[in-house]
Amino acid sequence: MSRIDAMDRRLITATQSGLPLTRRPYDDVGAALDISGEEVRRRLQAMMARGVIRRIGAVPNHYKLGLTHNGMTVWDVDDARISALGPEVGALEFVSHCYQRPRHLPDWPYNFFAMVHGRSAGEVMEKIERVARVLGDAARAHDVLYSKRILKKTGLRLQN
Amino acid sequence: MLDDTDRKIINGLQGGFPLSERPYAEAAASLGLEEDELIGRIAALRETSVLSRFGPMFDAAKMGGAFCLCAMAVPEARFEEVAEAVNKYDQVAHNYERAHALNMWFVLASDAAEDIEATAESITRDTGLEVLLMPKLEEYFIGLKVDA
Repeated sequence: MSRIDAMDRRLITATQSGLPLTRRPYDDVGAALDISGEEVRRRLQAMMARGVIRRIGAVPNHYKLGLTHNGMTVWDVDDARISALGPEVGALEFVSHCYQRPRHLPDWPYNFFAMVHGRSAGEVMEKIERVARVLGDAARAHDVLYSKRILKKTGLRLQN
Repeated sequence: MLDDTDRKIINGLQGGFPLSERPYAEAAASLGLEEDELIGRIAALRETSVLSRFGPMFDAAKMGGAFCLCAMAVPEARFEEVAEAVNKYDQVAHNYERAHALNMWFVLASDAAEDIEATAESITRDTGLEVLLMPKLEEYFIGLKVDA
């Protein structure tokens, strides 16, 4: 597990709500932290290489793009076939999160989660059918959990 | 609403933003735009919340911490009270009500992995309800690809 040092941590705190919208954003971040823009870029590059940063760019708001309907689909997938089929589902353009998770038997037989987005309930249903076709007879059962209400949404925030 | 240039920015810049001295100039060139135009467009998309952020996306697990999806079956009559008890923890990054017997789904996030189970246990003590931990065992998600 790769750890982060104190300066990485300050860099994360300084950029987690976004990069400055200026011509030299890394220099400006560096100025606030008393390091050079070059060191900012080097550290960000190193965190990308270690996977601490997944990517740098635009994070769209699904709702504002008209993707107002989402369903958390959950599937009971044959353990022997999940690692082959998982990436196929993850590659579908309308799937935004796709994971294997533990079952909690007997009440929760599902070990595979895929978040499906669409512009209407009907579109989400169609897309769930496409996931079902990819999984085929490897999926014994599935369910869809629609969100009713956001109770909290703050995301990860490192404290100073 | 969004015009073609906005769409080009949203679709083209969901990753791969350059780590160079003038990254907006570089990204703008690849999209056929001017540096200041791109900066202004991103600012406007942020302003209208079409973009929730523009910058690095971090993975807490790789920092030595963890995320864990959790689920609870909350009796309808106690729902608001339990939501309040759960949300008061800083470790709860988001929480959704979902239409299912397991009707409360939240994510615990921390930069200290051991904090996750401790928080789940603490929530169980506070509410008397079982917290099912659903950590990711494997990730199959292949990049983000929201089409604007």
